[in-house]
Amino acid sequence: MGRKSKNKQAPPPAFKEPNVGGGRKKKGREEDPRPATTPSSSSKGKRKASEVEEEEVSVERVGSKSSSNVKGSKKEAESGRNKVRKVVEEEEAVEEEKDGFSGIEDEEEGDLSDFDDEEEDGFEGLEEEDEEEEEDVLKAMGLPEKGGAKLSERQKKKALAEAERLEELLKSQGLSMDSDGGDEDQEEEDGFDGDEMIDDEEEEEDDDDDDDEDDEQEEDGLEGDFFLPTLEEREKEKVQGADLQVVQMRIQEVVNVLGNFKSLARDGRSRSEYVEQLLQDICTYYGYNMYLAEKLFNLFSPAEAIEFFEANETPRPVTIRANTLRTRRRDLAQALINRGVNLEPIGKWSKVGLQVFESGVPIGATPEYLAGHYMLQAASSFLPCVALAPQPNERVLDMASAPGGKSTYLSALMQNTGTVFANDSNKARLKSLTANVHRLGCKNVVICNYDGRQFPKVIGGFDRVLLDSPCSGTGVISKDPSVKTNKSERDFQLLTHLQKQLLLCAIDSVNPRSKTGGYVVYSTCSVMVEEDEAVVEYALRKRPNVRIVPTGIDFGRDGFKQFRERKFDSKMHLARRVFPHAHNLDGFFVVKLKVDPVGKNKRKEEEEEEEKEDVAEEVEVASDEEEEEEEEKEEEKEEKSIFNEEEDDILIQRSIKRSKMKKGGGGGDGRDVRGLR
Amino acid sequence: MRPLTEEETKTVFEKLANYIGKNLVHLIDRPEDPHVFRLHKDKVYYVSENTMRLSISISRPNLVSLGTCFGKFSKTGKFRLHITCLDHLVQYARYKVWIKPNGELPFLYGNHVVKAHLGRITDDTPEHAGVVVLSMAGVGLGFGVTARSTADTRKLDPTSIIVFHQADVGEYLRDEDTLF
Repeated sequence: MGRKSKNKQAPPPAFKEPNVGGGRKKKGREEDPRPATTPSSSSKGKRKASEVEEEEVSVERVGSKSSSNVKGSKKEAESGRNKVRKVVEEEEAVEEEKDGFSGIEDEEEGDLSDFDDEEEDGFEGLEEEDEEEEEDVLKAMGLPEKGGAKLSERQKKKALAEAERLEELLKSQGLSMDSDGGDEDQEEEDGFDGDEMIDDEEEEEDDDDDDDEDDEQEEDGLEGDFFLPTLEEREKEKVQGADLQVVQMRIQEVVNVLGNFKSLARDGRSRSEYVEQLLQDICTYYGYNMYLAEKLFNLFSPAEAIEFFEANETPRPVTIRANTLRTRRRDLAQALINRGVNLEPIGKWSKVGLQVFESGVPIGATPEYLAGHYMLQAASSFLPCVALAPQPNERVLDMASAPGGKSTYLSALMQNTGTVFANDSNKARLKSLTANVHRLGCKNVVICNYDGRQFPKVIGGFDRVLLDSPCSGTGVISKDPSVKTNKSERDFQLLTHLQKQLLLCAIDSVNPRSKTGGYVVYSTCSVMVEEDEAVVEYALRKRPNVRIVPTGIDFGRDGFKQFRERKFDSKMHLARRVFPHAHNLDGFFVVKLKVDPVGKNKRKEEEEEEEKEDVAEEVEVASDEEEEEEEEKEEEKEEKSIFNEEEDDILIQRSIKRSKMKKGGGGGDGRDVRGLR
Repeated sequence: MRPLTEEETKTVFEKLANYIGKNLVHLIDRPEDPHVFRLHKDKVYYVSENTMRLSISISRPNLVSLGTCFGKFSKTGKFRLHITCLDHLVQYARYKVWIKPNGELPFLYGNHVVKAHLGRITDDTPEHAGVVVLSMAGVGLGFGVTARSTADTRKLDPTSIIVFHQADVGEYLRDEDTLF
């Protein structure tokens, strides 16, 4: 299945146009080889068993096709008229396919053999296969001529096979109820060898093509029963353009089935097939590319994933942040209400946020805005600033700051004291950053234009560093829908690489011995685990003196401690994740890291200081106790060493002299003394 | 980034004195939190000394702004105040003009202040003095130069100009590209 999904490109971004352009048609045609290969490969599989059957292949194919027809549609109550219509449609579909083939047959064969070479390495005798394929195609081409006669024939066969398949189906269902791999079970029941299983699966998919047309028609009448569309139908959908309503219905159904797979899955198809169909539909309906759809889908349960995708279609509420340097939230709210703006406080967690419901005036051009009383800012971007919690008179770095929403918030939190370094690597965005900083009256901000990765070199020793990393923007798709299509695997590789580098630089820029700080906050507006937990995990591994501490944000979800096959730090749950569908904020990830001093002695000192000041953030009680024990030991040693005071004095004097010689009497003396003791 | 030369300092202070007069000393004398003027790429910045010391580490091409930008030197050596210094001007301004709510937007679009929009004006404002323009709520909107003295304004008709526009906060949006 995965192989197939790779081959199939994502549907074109313009999903809202139901009619199809020429380019799209071509695409559909290029993907046509699948239906052609599957019969040949399947027949080949049979020839493996016995070469004699070769001539019967085509007949068998028709037979199996019709029989599977029945299999898919378990409902016996099938009117004959209905069936005839179906068959006609079928025929039409076949004809369409053929039209596609006849035009580009040669080309396709070339493609096919390539394809087989690469992907289906388990097969031998490709040439033979090709011959056979030609036969098949020829036969298929002959079909429409005797179309009328064949119709009834096929009908008969269908009817006959119906009964057979029904029995099988009942049998297999009884078995497949127990396991997800219903397909395999059934096939083994049918007496196929394990070797042929892959072939047969493919065949079955191909065969199932026909049933689903039945299903679609039946769907309305039947309650609670839902059948996946088949390959052929999907191809058709691709060529003709999907009916969005049908796709939406199908998404709902599939989600429903996936939610309770054991009891709701009817046609014995595996879970992965359902998932693939769902992804395909998500791509069609919401306009994502396949890669991104799969990545995002895997973050949630199917039902929640759809909620997430749905939330990405609706805009988040407009929020503003009152600039506490210039005004109070209450005054601002009053002033704006007087201008005819309908607003309300954002929630309990923020004291500066206001949510704007509707406004008669442009909210980004009121006199209050121009006078710097508020900033248009997404509520989610308050979070990293709240988490960083800068204190007055600190030295703070914002590594990727444009357009300045967070930097100005930091400055406001510090009440215009200390220094905020607002850095951004993009020169074009610096203008708006500068404008915002000045407009909001932040007087303690230094704006610089470096690549964030140069940072500990330029200037280090910060008390706190905020890294709101450049990211894929999968959390803000509602703001920038282009993300849906223009992000590929390569982009993510590059981004995560950059993020890892930046985070290490951020950690290195922090002064671990800072009295008040020593914190790094890493945040992204992405929901992808690769850009969030994985980056943090990488940094934790590279810098053992760093640990995760609580962010101080009391809502949002915990960070993933493990995701699929990956396991992350045991304290990763202290990170915060925010999702558009759950919190009505942009998708966001925040984690707060504490940087401890590196050496052991230094670390003890730090620990002491911390104990004196604020133990609240220390979660590790055990380690604290250990430290205390060690300290006690140290004190004992000191007591013993008192006996040698005279000797020590001489040594101390000597070392002071030495250090004066070296540094010219610097401030390091005290430490030297201590070290000697 | 470098300190201003004697001449530059004179030019800047002369200009500032138009608006804040003797209060200029309050900008310079701040014993509890010393501030300095610095010139960087023709622009004059007013910044606390601590911040200035830290920003020395940042190389000239990479430094964009520090503290508050007060204005810039033109090529001919004249000094022009920017709207970004409004905070400090409002704080120390000698003469102030308050405009009515219906006059706010016209002023923010870069127009002069006409008499019809005039709300209040500081008594004894002389002609051609630098004034700070505020809304009736006391929010700084910009600054300019009076066209007439306070006494003369009384006789004027409603459409005549009272304050010549020099800078307003609308420039943050209008002139973002050229201002910064």
